[in-house]
Amino acid sequence: MDLFEYQARDIFEKHGVPVLAAAIATTADEAEKAATTIGGKVVVKAQVKVGGRGKAGGVKLAENPQDAREKAGAILGMDIKGHTVRTVMIAAAAPIEAEYYLSILLDRSNRTFLVMASVSGGMDIEEVARTAPEKLAKIPVSAVDGISLAKAQEIVAAAAFPADVAEQVANVLLKLWDVFQSEDATLVEVNPLVKTSDGKIIALDGKVTLDENADFRQPDHKTLVDLEAENPLEAAAKEKGLNYVKLDGQVGIIGNGAGLVMSTLDVVAYAGEKHGGVRPANFLDIGGGASAQIMADGLSIILGDVDVKSVFVNVFGGITACDAVANGIVQALELLGPKATKPIVVRLDGNNVVEGRAILAKAAHPLVEQADTMDGAANRAAELAAK
Amino acid sequence: MSIFINDASKVIVQGMTGSEGTKHTRRMLASGTKIVGGVTPGKGGQVVDIDGHQLPVFNTVVEAMSATGANVSVVFVPPKFAKAAVIDAIDATMPLVVVITEGIPVHDSASFYAYSQLQGKTQIIGPNCPGLISPGTSNVGIIPADITGAGPIGLVSKSGTLTYQMMYELRDIGFSTAVGIGGDPVIGTTHIDCLRAFQDDPETTAIVMIGEIGGDAEERAAAFIAEYVTKPVVGYVAGFTAPEGKTMGHAGAIVSGSSGTAQGKKDALEAAGVKVGQTPSETARLLRAIMGR
Repeated sequence: MDLFEYQARDIFEKHGVPVLAAAIATTADEAEKAATTIGGKVVVKAQVKVGGRGKAGGVKLAENPQDAREKAGAILGMDIKGHTVRTVMIAAAAPIEAEYYLSILLDRSNRTFLVMASVSGGMDIEEVARTAPEKLAKIPVSAVDGISLAKAQEIVAAAAFPADVAEQVANVLLKLWDVFQSEDATLVEVNPLVKTSDGKIIALDGKVTLDENADFRQPDHKTLVDLEAENPLEAAAKEKGLNYVKLDGQVGIIGNGAGLVMSTLDVVAYAGEKHGGVRPANFLDIGGGASAQIMADGLSIILGDVDVKSVFVNVFGGITACDAVANGIVQALELLGPKATKPIVVRLDGNNVVEGRAILAKAAHPLVEQADTMDGAANRAAELAAK
Repeated sequence: MSIFINDASKVIVQGMTGSEGTKHTRRMLASGTKIVGGVTPGKGGQVVDIDGHQLPVFNTVVEAMSATGANVSVVFVPPKFAKAAVIDAIDATMPLVVVITEGIPVHDSASFYAYSQLQGKTQIIGPNCPGLISPGTSNVGIIPADITGAGPIGLVSKSGTLTYQMMYELRDIGFSTAVGIGGDPVIGTTHIDCLRAFQDDPETTAIVMIGEIGGDAEERAAAFIAEYVTKPVVGYVAGFTAPEGKTMGHAGAIVSGSSGTAQGKKDALEAAGVKVGQTPSETARLLRAIMGR
């Protein structure tokens, strides 16, 4: 889960990373009040989970509370790369002398953690990484040892931070490691990390990505979820414990196992090329269980998607038995009754497939037809969606 | 022959007394795996009867190994306790640890992987994987044993159900070993580890490699194939239609920026001489054509 800047800032503050005074606002009124409380010049910053907001006009300096009100009024509601700005952060303005870069992240390729550090921070860090990679120090960090003071000093030296800030930066790095580790983050990035004109090091902007697998030991993290941004179908699916992602096509997909479902999307898109370019409408993995209730929940979410024209149920019974899946489909259709209105192509294979196919054949539901192969079923579902 | 497991594999089940552990111990026993005991901290000394097999339970892996001579551990411990279980197995210098558990925090898997590298004696497969099977010989994990039998194909895959699908497509030919390496961001055994083992295994004559979006493991595997593998390899990559920035179930199956896309992986594999199918069935047909079956 990616956090908003203000959420990252709050987490930084909680762990002792130096940040500026700030508050959030969802209206121009609130922005004015926040600016009054903070005092002096402030920066009004759009809160969106996408890069490039500065260049899009989503960050403005305000001279006083009235100005903050106007700037917030202009930024709130703005569209930045498809993200509507619903919140702004009002932060104290700081006289900046230098902009640096620091991040800690999971390096999947090398199966370790990695620190990246540069004295050339700011908006163009990606450009720096591309054109002058020697200016971006990359230091692996062992998941067993973590970042000690000595390791932090090694990183600061490798990135050639100036002597007058080296100790402060090493200290910030230790605090960021604390954020990374104790919050179960997979990314903690500060860009820019600034040196103010009075020589202080401050995290001016931050990005934090949290590992949802760790939610069981991070009870506070559920308060950070951005409920408003969730697609209503995705939110409904999440409530039922289903792994669902809305896409923009016409063929509803239900399958078991993330890999098989991803493959099903591809096979449908491939088959759809012959049927007017129809595409998958969603990703839905019902996992290993596939009880009648799970099937009913899954089918009702997919049938509730107005874009869906046909449904493809693709199950390979490994642990899951196909007869249980078939019973699930039959019972789901009974539960849904007249709400089920779209044709459903079912492909079952694997564990107890003969029994499963027999159950569907016996039920003879007018909306359900069976296919022998995954490719054949995808083709049929695409054909039905194109009608 | 086979890779990683064989008829000398003696397996203990960490978390055997839990519901998943018991269920899959029963299935592994039924498919001929030599299960010699289980580990559940606090339940040491008990004996569990599973379908007539009297299986001793130990508090620690080191006790289980010294009492039973086990050389493989399979982990069904819930995410909260999985790290401690894997560290226990590493401390016991268990040669092979297969972690089935789904949903382990990545800080925990990064930590036990790093710990295993420092120790240098334990190979980890997974986490979040279906395990591995050498049909008719040994089955460690949750892969159904009745899809197919022994044969000359080696299979390595990030995904469980795609493993089953591919085994089913090629069930008349059979497999030396099928390995599900798992889809998490940090895994212990990679495509490359399996490709090397299949290349070195005299009874594997052709290899199927299944990948999916996310990370750069397939690109690295492609480079390795070009350099090391002389046996025919066919590939399949899932996730062409997955949108950027959305997680599709597997924690690892997420595309960020241009790296890790399905197209990028397919291109890399084809550049290494690997034939890549558009669908699982087409991939199976490509392999049949190469093998003349």
